[in-house]
Amino acid sequence: MSNVPNELKYAKSHEWVRNEGDGSVTVGISDHAQELLGDLVFVELPEVGAKVDAGGESAVVESVKAASDVYSPVAGQVVAVNQALADTPETINQDPFGEGWMFKIEMSTPSQLDELMDAAAYTDIIESEEH
Amino acid sequence: MPFIPHTEQEIREMLDTIGVNAIEDLFDEIPPGLRCGELERVPPALSEMEVGQLMGRRAREDGQPVCFIGAGAYDHHIPAAVWQLTTRGEFYSAYTPYQAEASQGTLQLVYEYQSMMTALTAMDVSNASLYDGASALAEAVLMAVRFNRKSKSRRVLIPRSVHPAYRRVVHNIVRNQGIELVELAYDPVGGHIDPALLEPYSGQDITALVIPQPNFFGVLEEVDALTDWAHANKALAIGVVNPLALSVLTPPGEWGEQGADICCGEGQPLGAPLSSGGPYFGFMCCRRALVRQMPGRIIGRTLDLDGKTGYSLTLQAREQHIRRSKATSNICTNQGLMVTAATIHMALLGSEGLARVAAACHANTAGLVARLSCIEGVEPLFDRPVFHERVFCLPVAANSLLRSLAAHNVLGGFDLARDYPELGSAILVCATEKRSDEEMNAFADKLERVIGMQAGAPCQLQPKDW
Repeated sequence: MSNVPNELKYAKSHEWVRNEGDGSVTVGISDHAQELLGDLVFVELPEVGAKVDAGGESAVVESVKAASDVYSPVAGQVVAVNQALADTPETINQDPFGEGWMFKIEMSTPSQLDELMDAAAYTDIIESEEH
Repeated sequence: MPFIPHTEQEIREMLDTIGVNAIEDLFDEIPPGLRCGELERVPPALSEMEVGQLMGRRAREDGQPVCFIGAGAYDHHIPAAVWQLTTRGEFYSAYTPYQAEASQGTLQLVYEYQSMMTALTAMDVSNASLYDGASALAEAVLMAVRFNRKSKSRRVLIPRSVHPAYRRVVHNIVRNQGIELVELAYDPVGGHIDPALLEPYSGQDITALVIPQPNFFGVLEEVDALTDWAHANKALAIGVVNPLALSVLTPPGEWGEQGADICCGEGQPLGAPLSSGGPYFGFMCCRRALVRQMPGRIIGRTLDLDGKTGYSLTLQAREQHIRRSKATSNICTNQGLMVTAATIHMALLGSEGLARVAAACHANTAGLVARLSCIEGVEPLFDRPVFHERVFCLPVAANSLLRSLAAHNVLGGFDLARDYPELGSAILVCATEKRSDEEMNAFADKLERVIGMQAGAPCQLQPKDW
Protein backbone atom coordinates (compact mmCIF):
# COMPACT_ATOMS: atom_id res chain seq x y z
CA MET A 1 0.00 0.00 0.00
CA SER A 2 1.34 3.39 -0.99
CA ASN A 3 2.14 6.07 1.50
CA VAL A 4 -0.45 8.93 1.45
CA PRO A 5 0.47 11.61 4.01
CA ASN A 6 -2.53 13.22 5.66
CA GLU A 7 -1.29 16.80 5.62
CA LEU A 8 -1.13 17.01 1.80
CA LYS A 9 -3.70 17.62 -0.95
CA TYR A 10 -3.86 15.48 -4.08
CA ALA A 11 -4.87 15.73 -7.74
CA LYS A 12 -6.47 12.89 -9.71
CA SER A 13 -3.41 12.90 -11.97
CA HIS A 14 -1.31 11.84 -8.94
CA GLU A 15 0.41 15.08 -8.00
CA TRP A 16 0.59 16.15 -4.35
CA VAL A 17 0.41 19.72 -3.10
CA ARG A 18 1.68 21.13 0.18
CA ASN A 19 0.28 24.49 1.24
CA GLU A 20 3.21 26.50 2.56
CA GLY A 21 0.85 29.01 4.16
CA ASP A 22 2.43 32.02 2.46
CA GLY A 23 0.42 31.91 -0.75
CA SER A 24 2.72 29.33 -2.28
CA VAL A 25 2.50 25.57 -2.67
CA THR A 26 5.06 22.82 -3.25
CA VAL A 27 4.23 20.18 -5.86
CA GLY A 28 5.51 16.66 -6.45
CA ILE A 29 4.23 13.29 -7.59
CA SER A 30 2.76 10.77 -5.16
CA ASP A 31 4.33 7.61 -3.86
CA HIS A 32 1.71 5.71 -5.86
CA ALA A 33 2.74 7.54 -9.06
CA GLN A 34 6.44 6.79 -8.61
CA GLU A 35 5.60 3.13 -7.97
CA LEU A 36 3.63 2.95 -11.20
CA LEU A 37 6.38 4.64 -13.20
CA GLY A 38 9.26 2.60 -11.82
CA ASP A 39 12.86 3.84 -11.77
CA LEU A 40 12.97 7.45 -12.90
CA VAL A 41 15.80 8.37 -15.26
CA PHE A 42 15.00 11.96 -16.21
CA VAL A 43 12.97 14.91 -15.00
CA GLU A 44 12.18 17.94 -17.14
CA LEU A 45 11.26 20.85 -14.89
CA PRO A 46 9.45 24.08 -15.71
CA GLU A 47 11.33 27.35 -15.81
CA VAL A 48 11.27 29.65 -12.81
CA GLY A 49 8.97 32.52 -13.72
CA ALA A 50 6.76 30.42 -16.00
CA LYS A 51 3.01 30.90 -15.67
CA VAL A 52 1.03 27.68 -15.27
CA ASP A 53 -2.67 26.87 -15.39
CA ALA A 54 -4.47 24.48 -13.09
CA GLY A 55 -4.30 21.17 -14.90
CA GLY A 56 -1.65 22.49 -17.31
CA GLU A 57 1.41 20.48 -18.28
CA SER A 58 4.31 21.69 -16.19
CA ALA A 59 6.93 18.98 -16.09
CA VAL A 60 7.82 15.60 -17.54
CA VAL A 61 9.01 12.56 -15.64
CA GLU A 62 10.63 9.79 -17.58
CA SER A 63 11.15 6.30 -16.24
CA VAL A 64 12.53 3.13 -17.71
CA LYS A 65 8.93 2.33 -18.71
CA ALA A 66 7.35 5.57 -19.84
CA ALA A 67 7.49 9.33 -20.10
CA SER A 68 4.61 11.11 -18.39
CA ASP A 69 3.47 14.68 -18.04
CA VAL A 70 3.15 16.25 -14.62
CA TYR A 71 0.24 18.70 -14.34
CA SER A 72 0.16 21.68 -12.06
CA PRO A 73 -2.74 21.22 -9.62
CA VAL A 74 -3.16 25.00 -9.21
CA ALA A 75 -2.67 28.09 -11.34
CA GLY A 76 0.10 30.57 -10.69
CA GLN A 77 3.74 31.31 -11.29
CA VAL A 78 6.65 28.93 -10.80
CA VAL A 79 8.89 30.43 -8.12
CA ALA A 80 11.32 27.55 -7.53
CA VAL A 81 12.27 24.21 -9.05
CA ASN A 82 14.20 21.33 -7.51
CA GLN A 83 17.34 21.50 -9.63
CA ALA A 84 18.89 18.57 -7.75
CA LEU A 85 16.52 16.26 -9.66
CA ALA A 86 18.42 16.95 -12.89
CA ASP A 87 21.31 14.83 -11.63
CA THR A 88 19.42 12.52 -9.27
CA PRO A 89 15.91 11.84 -10.62
CA GLU A 90 15.83 8.70 -8.46
CA THR A 91 15.28 10.96 -5.46
CA ILE A 92 11.60 10.96 -6.49
CA ASN A 93 11.52 7.18 -6.13
CA GLN A 94 13.25 7.32 -2.76
CA ASP A 95 11.48 10.26 -1.13
CA PRO A 96 8.52 11.44 -3.26
CA PHE A 97 7.00 13.67 -0.56
CA GLY A 98 10.26 15.15 0.74
CA GLU A 99 13.52 15.61 -1.17
CA GLY A 100 11.69 14.53 -4.34
CA TRP A 101 9.58 17.72 -4.55
CA MET A 102 9.47 19.16 -8.06
CA PHE A 103 8.43 22.81 -8.10
CA LYS A 104 6.88 25.60 -6.03
CA ILE A 105 4.06 27.80 -7.27
CA GLU A 106 2.90 31.22 -6.13
CA MET A 107 -0.86 30.71 -6.41
CA SER A 108 -2.95 33.13 -8.41
CA THR A 109 -6.23 31.52 -7.28
CA PRO A 110 -5.73 30.05 -3.78
CA SER A 111 -9.33 28.80 -3.71
CA GLN A 112 -8.27 26.11 -6.20
CA LEU A 113 -6.69 24.31 -3.24
CA ASP A 114 -10.18 23.50 -1.96
CA GLU A 115 -10.96 21.62 -5.16
CA LEU A 116 -8.16 19.12 -4.56
CA MET A 117 -8.62 15.82 -2.72
CA ASP A 118 -7.61 15.07 0.83
CA ALA A 119 -5.66 11.95 1.73
CA ALA A 120 -8.75 9.83 2.29
CA ALA A 121 -10.31 10.68 -1.05
CA TYR A 122 -7.01 10.08 -2.85
CA THR A 123 -6.59 6.73 -1.10
CA ASP A 124 -10.03 5.76 -2.45
CA ILE A 125 -8.88 6.69 -5.98
CA ILE A 126 -5.75 4.57 -5.70
CA GLU A 127 -7.69 1.62 -4.34
CA SER A 128 -10.30 1.84 -7.07
CA GLU A 129 -7.48 1.85 -9.64
CA GLU A 130 -5.98 -1.22 -8.06
CA HIS A 131 -9.19 -3.24 -8.24
CA MET B 1 14.79 -11.92 -38.40
CA PRO B 2 12.27 -13.20 -40.96
CA PHE B 3 9.07 -11.28 -41.58
CA ILE B 4 6.50 -13.87 -42.63
CA PRO B 5 3.05 -12.69 -43.71
CA HIS B 6 -0.08 -14.51 -42.65
CA THR B 7 -1.16 -17.60 -44.55
CA GLU B 8 -4.56 -17.80 -46.25
CA GLN B 9 -5.68 -20.18 -43.53
CA GLU B 10 -4.65 -17.81 -40.74
CA ILE B 11 -6.46 -14.95 -42.41
CA ARG B 12 -9.58 -17.14 -42.71
CA GLU B 13 -9.38 -18.09 -39.03
CA MET B 14 -9.02 -14.45 -37.97
CA LEU B 15 -11.97 -13.38 -40.10
CA ASP B 16 -14.08 -16.24 -38.72
CA THR B 17 -13.14 -15.32 -35.17
CA ILE B 18 -14.41 -11.77 -35.55
CA GLY B 19 -17.37 -12.88 -37.69
CA VAL B 20 -16.48 -11.18 -40.95
CA ASN B 21 -16.70 -12.77 -44.39
CA ALA B 22 -13.91 -11.03 -46.25
CA ILE B 23 -11.17 -8.47 -45.58
CA GLU B 24 -12.99 -6.09 -47.91
CA ASP B 25 -15.96 -6.04 -45.46
CA LEU B 26 -13.69 -4.41 -42.87
CA PHE B 27 -13.66 -1.26 -45.01
CA ASP B 28 -17.46 -1.01 -45.30
CA GLU B 29 -17.73 2.06 -43.14
CA ILE B 30 -15.65 4.14 -45.57
CA PRO B 31 -18.13 5.89 -47.94
CA PRO B 32 -17.79 4.47 -51.48
CA GLY B 33 -17.10 7.95 -52.87
CA LEU B 34 -13.90 8.10 -50.86
CA ARG B 35 -12.61 4.72 -52.04
CA CYS B 36 -10.30 4.82 -55.03
CA GLY B 37 -11.70 1.58 -56.44
CA GLU B 38 -9.84 -0.33 -59.10
CA LEU B 39 -6.64 1.32 -60.32
CA GLU B 40 -7.23 2.03 -63.98
CA ARG B 41 -3.88 3.05 -65.36
CA VAL B 42 -1.78 0.22 -64.05
CA PRO B 43 -0.54 -1.76 -67.05
CA PRO B 44 -0.83 -5.56 -67.12
CA ALA B 45 1.80 -7.50 -65.23
CA LEU B 46 5.15 -8.18 -66.91
CA SER B 47 7.30 -11.23 -66.45
CA GLU B 48 10.64 -10.90 -64.66
CA MET B 49 12.42 -11.10 -68.02
CA GLU B 50 10.27 -8.34 -69.51
CA VAL B 51 10.78 -6.10 -66.47
CA GLY B 52 14.53 -6.67 -66.73
CA GLN B 53 14.51 -5.67 -70.39
CA LEU B 54 12.37 -2.59 -69.75
CA MET B 55 14.62 -1.41 -66.92
CA GLY B 56 17.71 -2.05 -69.01
CA ARG B 57 16.25 0.12 -71.78
CA ARG B 58 15.41 2.91 -69.33
CA ALA B 59 18.89 2.76 -67.79
CA ARG B 60 20.50 3.04 -71.24
CA GLU B 61 18.43 6.18 -71.89
CA ASP B 62 20.18 7.76 -68.88
CA GLY B 63 23.53 7.03 -70.51
CA GLN B 64 26.75 7.00 -68.54
CA PRO B 65 27.57 10.71 -68.37
CA VAL B 66 30.64 12.00 -66.57
CA CYS B 67 29.33 13.86 -63.53
CA PHE B 68 30.63 17.26 -62.44
CA ILE B 69 27.48 18.09 -60.47
CA GLY B 70 27.66 18.18 -56.72
CA ALA B 71 25.23 20.58 -55.06
CA GLY B 72 24.43 18.26 -52.17
CA ALA B 73 24.82 14.78 -53.71
CA TYR B 74 28.24 13.52 -54.75
CA ASP B 75 29.56 10.92 -57.16
CA HIS B 76 31.98 9.03 -54.93
CA HIS B 77 33.58 5.64 -55.34
CA ILE B 78 31.85 2.99 -53.23
CA PRO B 79 33.88 -0.17 -52.57
CA ALA B 80 32.08 -3.24 -53.95
CA ALA B 81 32.02 -4.84 -50.50
CA VAL B 82 29.73 -2.11 -49.14
CA TRP B 83 26.58 -3.13 -50.99
CA GLN B 84 27.54 -6.80 -51.16
CA LEU B 85 27.32 -6.82 -47.36
CA THR B 86 24.51 -4.29 -46.98
CA THR B 87 22.10 -6.29 -49.13
CA ARG B 88 22.55 -9.48 -47.11
CA GLY B 89 19.18 -10.74 -45.91
CA GLU B 90 20.06 -10.08 -42.27
CA PHE B 91 20.30 -6.34 -42.93
CA TYR B 92 17.75 -5.97 -45.68
CA SER B 93 14.99 -4.10 -43.88
CA ALA B 94 14.74 -0.35 -43.69
CA TYR B 95 13.21 -0.44 -40.23
CA THR B 96 14.85 -0.77 -36.85
CA PRO B 97 12.69 -3.44 -35.27
CA TYR B 98 10.44 -2.41 -32.40
CA GLN B 99 11.41 -5.59 -30.52
CA ALA B 100 14.87 -4.19 -30.79
CA GLU B 101 16.81 -6.39 -28.38
CA ALA B 102 15.88 -9.47 -30.42
CA SER B 103 17.97 -8.03 -33.28
CA GLN B 104 21.40 -7.81 -31.72
CA GLY B 105 23.13 -7.52 -35.09
CA THR B 106 21.08 -4.48 -36.07
CA LEU B 107 21.69 -2.89 -32.69
CA GLN B 108 25.43 -3.52 -32.90
CA LEU B 109 25.49 -1.91 -36.32
CA VAL B 110 23.64 1.19 -35.12
CA TYR B 111 25.94 1.36 -32.08
CA GLU B 112 28.98 1.29 -34.35
CA TYR B 113 27.42 3.86 -36.68
CA GLN B 114 26.74 6.19 -33.76
CA SER B 115 30.28 5.69 -32.44
CA MET B 116 31.77 6.52 -35.85
CA MET B 117 29.58 9.59 -36.34
CA THR B 118 30.48 11.02 -32.94
CA ALA B 119 34.16 10.43 -33.73
CA LEU B 120 33.79 12.15 -37.10
CA THR B 121 31.88 15.16 -35.74
CA ALA B 122 33.51 15.35 -32.27
CA MET B 123 30.01 15.56 -30.80
CA ASP B 124 28.80 13.64 -27.73
CA VAL B 125 25.91 11.66 -29.25
CA SER B 126 24.46 10.67 -32.62
CA ASN B 127 20.96 9.49 -33.47
CA ALA B 128 20.26 6.55 -35.76
CA SER B 129 19.58 8.77 -38.82
CA LEU B 130 16.77 10.77 -40.42
CA TYR B 131 15.30 10.90 -43.92
CA ASP B 132 17.85 13.20 -45.55
CA GLY B 133 20.03 16.22 -44.94
CA ALA B 134 17.24 18.73 -45.51
CA SER B 135 14.79 17.19 -43.04
CA ALA B 136 17.66 16.67 -40.59
CA LEU B 137 18.23 20.44 -40.62
CA ALA B 138 14.52 21.05 -40.05
CA GLU B 139 14.63 18.68 -37.08
CA ALA B 140 17.74 20.45 -35.78
CA VAL B 141 15.90 23.79 -35.91
CA LEU B 142 12.90 22.36 -34.04
CA MET B 143 15.24 20.76 -31.52
CA ALA B 144 17.07 24.04 -30.94
CA VAL B 145 13.78 25.86 -30.36
CA ARG B 146 12.67 23.21 -27.84
CA PHE B 147 15.97 23.25 -26.01
CA ASN B 148 16.74 26.97 -25.90
CA ARG B 149 13.92 27.87 -23.53
CA LYS B 150 15.66 31.05 -22.39
CA SER B 151 15.06 32.44 -25.87
CA LYS B 152 11.46 33.54 -26.33
CA SER B 153 11.71 34.83 -29.89
CA ARG B 154 11.83 31.48 -31.75
CA ARG B 155 13.94 33.31 -34.35
CA VAL B 156 16.49 31.26 -36.25
CA LEU B 157 19.14 32.82 -38.49
CA ILE B 158 19.72 30.79 -41.64
CA PRO B 159 22.28 31.99 -44.20
CA ARG B 160 21.47 32.05 -47.91
CA SER B 161 24.68 30.07 -48.33
CA VAL B 162 22.79 27.05 -46.93
CA HIS B 163 21.56 24.62 -49.62
CA PRO B 164 18.42 26.20 -51.17
CA ALA B 165 16.51 22.91 -51.06
CA TYR B 166 17.32 22.57 -47.36
CA ARG B 167 16.03 26.09 -46.75
CA ARG B 168 12.78 25.27 -48.54
CA VAL B 169 12.29 22.07 -46.57
CA VAL B 170 13.05 23.78 -43.27
CA HIS B 171 10.58 26.52 -44.16
CA ASN B 172 7.88 23.99 -45.04
CA ILE B 173 8.33 22.03 -41.82
CA VAL B 174 8.63 24.88 -39.31
CA ARG B 175 6.51 27.66 -40.83
CA ASN B 176 3.32 26.70 -39.02
CA GLN B 177 5.03 26.22 -35.68
CA GLY B 178 5.55 29.86 -34.80
CA ILE B 179 9.22 29.81 -35.76
CA GLU B 180 10.69 32.72 -37.68
CA LEU B 181 13.46 31.99 -40.15
CA VAL B 182 15.62 35.01 -40.88
CA GLU B 183 17.75 34.72 -44.01
CA LEU B 184 21.28 36.11 -43.84
CA ALA B 185 22.88 37.51 -46.97
CA TYR B 186 26.26 36.13 -47.98
CA ASP B 187 29.29 38.24 -48.68
CA PRO B 188 29.34 38.87 -52.47
CA VAL B 189 33.15 38.70 -52.62
CA GLY B 190 33.87 35.74 -50.36
CA GLY B 191 30.61 33.82 -50.82
CA HIS B 192 30.53 33.24 -47.08
CA ILE B 193 28.82 34.71 -44.01
CA ASP B 194 31.11 37.48 -42.87
CA PRO B 195 30.79 37.45 -39.06
CA ALA B 196 30.61 41.25 -39.27
CA LEU B 197 27.28 40.84 -41.13
CA LEU B 198 25.84 39.42 -37.89
CA GLU B 199 26.45 42.62 -35.94
CA PRO B 200 22.92 44.00 -36.54
CA TYR B 201 21.60 40.94 -34.67
CA SER B 202 23.97 41.18 -31.72
CA GLY B 203 22.15 41.62 -28.44
CA GLN B 204 18.84 40.51 -29.96
CA ASP B 205 16.93 37.45 -28.82
CA ILE B 206 18.08 34.84 -31.35
CA THR B 207 17.25 31.17 -30.75
CA ALA B 208 19.76 29.57 -33.08
CA LEU B 209 22.21 30.23 -35.90
CA VAL B 210 22.64 27.76 -38.76
CA ILE B 211 26.25 27.39 -39.94
CA PRO B 212 26.99 25.47 -43.17
CA GLN B 213 30.45 23.91 -43.62
CA PRO B 214 31.29 23.87 -46.44
CA ASN B 215 28.42 26.05 -47.61
CA PHE B 216 26.35 25.43 -50.74
CA PHE B 217 28.93 27.24 -52.89
CA GLY B 218 31.64 24.91 -51.61
CA VAL B 219 33.10 27.82 -49.65
CA LEU B 220 34.46 27.32 -46.14
CA GLU B 221 32.75 29.46 -43.52
CA GLU B 222 34.44 31.10 -40.54
CA VAL B 223 32.87 28.51 -38.27
CA ASP B 224 34.80 29.44 -35.12
CA ALA B 225 33.77 33.09 -35.20
CA LEU B 226 30.16 32.22 -36.12
CA THR B 227 29.86 29.63 -33.34
CA ASP B 228 31.28 32.02 -30.77
CA TRP B 229 28.94 34.77 -31.97
CA ALA B 230 25.97 32.44 -31.49
CA HIS B 231 27.00 31.52 -27.97
CA ALA B 232 27.79 35.11 -27.03
CA ASN B 233 24.21 35.93 -28.04
CA LYS B 234 22.72 32.96 -26.17
CA ALA B 235 21.80 31.27 -29.44
CA LEU B 236 22.48 27.65 -30.27
CA ALA B 237 24.95 26.90 -33.07
CA ILE B 238 23.66 24.37 -35.61
CA GLY B 239 26.24 23.02 -38.06
CA VAL B 240 25.15 21.68 -41.46
CA VAL B 241 28.15 19.71 -42.61
CA ASN B 242 29.43 17.41 -45.32
CA PRO B 243 30.54 14.31 -43.38
CA LEU B 244 33.35 13.54 -45.81
CA ALA B 245 34.78 17.04 -45.41
CA LEU B 246 34.93 16.52 -41.65
CA SER B 247 37.75 14.04 -42.15
CA VAL B 248 39.99 16.99 -43.05
CA LEU B 249 38.21 20.00 -41.51
CA THR B 250 37.73 20.96 -37.86
CA PRO B 251 34.72 18.94 -36.65
CA PRO B 252 31.68 20.85 -35.32
CA GLY B 253 32.32 19.66 -31.76
CA GLU B 254 35.51 21.75 -31.81
CA TRP B 255 34.19 24.91 -33.46
CA GLY B 256 34.98 28.06 -31.47
CA GLU B 257 35.30 28.08 -27.69
CA GLN B 258 32.54 25.59 -26.92
CA GLY B 259 31.80 23.72 -30.14
CA ALA B 260 28.52 23.57 -32.05
CA ASP B 261 25.44 22.43 -30.12
CA ILE B 262 23.89 20.37 -32.92
CA CYS B 263 25.27 19.20 -36.22
CA CYS B 264 23.45 17.52 -39.05
CA GLY B 265 23.77 16.88 -42.74
CA GLU B 266 23.38 14.57 -45.68
CA GLY B 267 24.91 11.13 -45.30
CA GLN B 268 24.92 10.27 -49.01
CA PRO B 269 28.70 10.83 -49.48
CA LEU B 270 29.24 7.88 -47.12
CA GLY B 271 28.43 4.94 -49.35
CA ALA B 272 25.08 5.79 -50.94
CA PRO B 273 24.99 5.90 -54.76
CA LEU B 274 23.47 8.95 -56.48
CA SER B 275 20.46 6.91 -57.72
CA SER B 276 18.56 9.85 -59.20
CA GLY B 277 18.22 11.49 -55.80
CA GLY B 278 17.73 8.77 -53.24
CA PRO B 279 17.27 7.02 -50.96
CA TYR B 280 19.85 8.91 -48.93
CA PHE B 281 19.94 9.51 -45.19
CA GLY B 282 20.25 12.42 -42.80
CA PHE B 283 22.51 12.35 -39.79
CA MET B 284 22.29 14.29 -36.57
CA CYS B 285 24.65 14.65 -33.63
CA CYS B 286 24.50 16.89 -30.58
CA ARG B 287 25.97 17.78 -27.22
CA ARG B 288 24.96 15.53 -24.36
CA ALA B 289 22.88 18.27 -22.75
CA LEU B 290 20.51 18.26 -25.74
CA VAL B 291 20.06 14.52 -25.99
CA ARG B 292 16.50 14.51 -24.60
CA GLN B 293 15.43 16.81 -27.41
CA MET B 294 17.08 14.78 -30.16
CA PRO B 295 14.67 12.79 -32.31
CA GLY B 296 15.38 9.10 -32.64
CA ARG B 297 17.13 6.56 -30.52
CA ILE B 298 20.51 5.76 -29.04
CA ILE B 299 21.97 2.28 -28.78
CA GLY B 300 24.28 1.37 -25.90
CA ARG B 301 26.71 -1.48 -25.32
CA THR B 302 26.35 -3.41 -22.11
CA LEU B 303 26.90 -6.82 -20.52
CA ASP B 304 24.19 -9.45 -20.13
CA LEU B 305 23.67 -11.67 -17.07
CA ASP B 306 26.39 -14.01 -18.28
CA GLY B 307 28.86 -11.19 -18.70
CA LYS B 308 28.66 -11.29 -22.50
CA THR B 309 28.56 -8.13 -24.60
CA GLY B 310 25.07 -7.11 -25.64
CA TYR B 311 23.41 -4.08 -27.17
CA SER B 312 20.27 -2.33 -25.99
CA LEU B 313 18.09 0.65 -26.69
CA THR B 314 19.52 3.13 -24.23
CA LEU B 315 17.34 6.08 -25.16
CA GLN B 316 14.08 6.00 -27.02
CA ALA B 317 11.63 7.49 -24.54
CA ARG B 318 10.81 10.44 -26.78
CA GLU B 319 9.95 8.37 -29.85
CA GLN B 320 6.48 8.47 -31.27
CA HIS B 321 5.36 5.00 -30.19
CA ILE B 322 6.05 5.97 -26.58
CA ARG B 323 5.30 9.68 -26.39
CA ARG B 324 2.67 9.90 -29.15
CA SER B 325 1.78 13.59 -29.56
CA LYS B 326 4.72 14.63 -27.37
CA ALA B 327 7.34 12.80 -29.40
CA THR B 328 10.43 14.82 -30.30
CA SER B 329 9.61 14.02 -33.92
CA ASN B 330 7.01 12.10 -35.82
CA ILE B 331 9.22 11.64 -38.84
CA CYS B 332 12.17 10.00 -37.14
CA THR B 333 11.89 6.78 -39.13
CA ASN B 334 15.48 6.04 -39.90
CA GLN B 335 17.06 5.03 -43.16
CA GLY B 336 18.42 1.81 -41.72
CA LEU B 337 19.74 0.32 -44.92
CA MET B 338 21.58 3.50 -45.91
CA VAL B 339 23.05 3.66 -42.41
CA THR B 340 24.18 0.07 -42.80
CA ALA B 341 25.98 1.00 -46.01
CA ALA B 342 27.50 4.11 -44.41
CA THR B 343 28.77 2.13 -41.43
CA ILE B 344 30.40 -0.48 -43.64
CA HIS B 345 31.76 2.26 -45.93
CA MET B 346 33.34 4.14 -43.03
CA ALA B 347 34.69 0.92 -41.51
CA LEU B 348 36.31 -0.07 -44.82
CA LEU B 349 37.89 3.32 -45.45
CA GLY B 350 38.77 4.19 -41.88
CA SER B 351 39.58 7.74 -40.82
CA GLU B 352 42.72 7.73 -42.97
CA GLY B 353 40.86 6.50 -46.05
CA LEU B 354 38.13 9.12 -45.65
CA ALA B 355 40.75 11.85 -45.29
CA ARG B 356 42.48 10.62 -48.46
CA VAL B 357 39.20 10.70 -50.40
CA ALA B 358 38.50 14.22 -49.11
CA ALA B 359 42.00 15.37 -50.05
CA ALA B 360 41.68 13.81 -53.53
CA CYS B 361 38.35 15.61 -54.08
CA HIS B 362 39.90 18.89 -53.00
CA ALA B 363 42.93 18.40 -55.27
CA ASN B 364 40.79 17.38 -58.25
CA THR B 365 38.54 20.39 -57.84
CA ALA B 366 41.56 22.68 -57.60
CA GLY B 367 42.90 21.13 -60.82
CA LEU B 368 39.54 21.57 -62.54
CA VAL B 369 39.29 25.19 -61.40
CA ALA B 370 42.71 25.86 -62.91
CA ARG B 371 41.67 24.29 -66.23
CA LEU B 372 38.26 25.99 -66.48
CA SER B 373 39.63 29.38 -65.44
CA CYS B 374 41.76 29.41 -68.58
CA ILE B 375 38.66 29.52 -70.78
CA GLU B 376 37.61 32.89 -72.17
CA GLY B 377 34.80 34.37 -70.11
CA VAL B 378 34.75 31.60 -67.50
CA GLU B 379 35.47 33.21 -64.16
CA PRO B 380 35.67 31.48 -60.78
CA LEU B 381 33.57 33.34 -58.25
CA PHE B 382 34.25 33.95 -54.54
CA ASP B 383 37.80 34.23 -53.25
CA ARG B 384 37.53 32.16 -50.06
CA PRO B 385 38.93 28.60 -49.75
CA VAL B 386 36.66 25.82 -51.00
CA PHE B 387 36.34 22.10 -50.21
CA HIS B 388 35.40 20.34 -53.47
CA GLU B 389 33.05 22.72 -55.30
CA ARG B 390 33.40 26.09 -56.97
CA VAL B 391 31.06 28.61 -58.57
CA PHE B 392 31.87 29.81 -62.09
CA CYS B 393 30.37 32.75 -63.96
CA LEU B 394 29.77 32.07 -67.65
CA PRO B 395 29.67 34.31 -70.72
CA VAL B 396 26.60 32.44 -72.08
CA ALA B 397 23.31 31.25 -70.61
CA ALA B 398 23.99 28.41 -68.16
CA ASN B 399 20.95 26.29 -69.00
CA SER B 400 21.59 25.99 -72.73
CA LEU B 401 25.29 25.46 -72.11
CA LEU B 402 24.58 22.61 -69.68
CA ARG B 403 22.17 21.07 -72.20
CA SER B 404 24.83 21.12 -74.90
CA LEU B 405 27.37 19.56 -72.56
CA ALA B 406 24.87 16.86 -71.62
CA ALA B 407 24.54 16.05 -75.30
CA HIS B 408 28.28 15.44 -75.15
CA ASN B 409 27.81 13.09 -72.20
CA VAL B 410 29.04 15.57 -69.61
CA LEU B 411 26.98 16.78 -66.65
CA GLY B 412 28.78 20.08 -66.39
CA GLY B 413 27.45 21.51 -63.15
CA PHE B 414 24.43 22.82 -61.26
CA ASP B 415 22.63 25.86 -62.73
CA LEU B 416 22.40 28.53 -60.01
CA ALA B 417 19.97 30.78 -61.93
CA ARG B 418 16.81 29.73 -60.11
CA ASP B 419 18.15 29.98 -56.58
CA TYR B 420 20.71 32.77 -56.97
CA PRO B 421 19.55 34.99 -59.87
CA GLU B 422 21.84 37.77 -58.58
CA LEU B 423 24.85 35.75 -59.76
CA GLY B 424 23.78 35.99 -63.40
CA SER B 425 24.74 33.01 -65.52
CA ALA B 426 26.57 30.85 -63.01
CA ILE B 427 27.12 27.16 -62.34
CA LEU B 428 28.36 25.18 -59.36
CA VAL B 429 30.97 22.60 -60.36
CA CYS B 430 32.39 19.65 -58.41
CA ALA B 431 35.17 17.16 -59.14
CA THR B 432 35.21 14.19 -56.77
CA GLU B 433 38.03 11.68 -56.41
CA LYS B 434 36.46 9.73 -59.29
CA ARG B 435 37.23 12.36 -61.95
CA SER B 436 40.37 11.55 -63.91
CA ASP B 437 42.72 14.07 -65.55
CA GLU B 438 41.43 12.80 -68.88
CA GLU B 439 37.80 13.49 -67.93
CA MET B 440 38.62 16.94 -66.59
CA ASN B 441 40.61 17.84 -69.73
CA ALA B 442 37.75 16.62 -71.91
CA PHE B 443 35.27 18.68 -69.85
CA ALA B 444 37.39 21.82 -70.27
CA ASP B 445 37.73 21.22 -74.02
CA LYS B 446 34.02 20.69 -74.52
CA LEU B 447 33.12 23.66 -72.33
CA GLU B 448 35.41 25.91 -74.36
CA ARG B 449 34.00 24.66 -77.65
CA VAL B 450 30.36 25.00 -76.55
CA ILE B 451 30.97 28.52 -75.25
CA GLY B 452 32.73 29.38 -78.49
CA MET B 453 29.73 28.19 -80.51
CA GLN B 454 27.11 29.80 -78.28
CA ALA B 455 28.90 33.11 -77.76
CA GLY B 456 29.58 33.36 -81.46
CA ALA B 457 32.73 34.80 -82.92
CA PRO B 458 34.36 37.21 -82.62
CA CYS B 459 34.67 37.05 -78.83
CA GLN B 460 34.14 40.42 -77.21
CA LEU B 461 36.30 39.63 -74.25
CA GLN B 462 39.97 40.36 -73.97
CA PRO B 463 42.16 37.28 -74.47
CA LYS B 464 43.79 36.06 -71.29
CA ASP B 465 47.56 35.81 -71.06
CA TRP B 466 48.36 32.26 -70.09
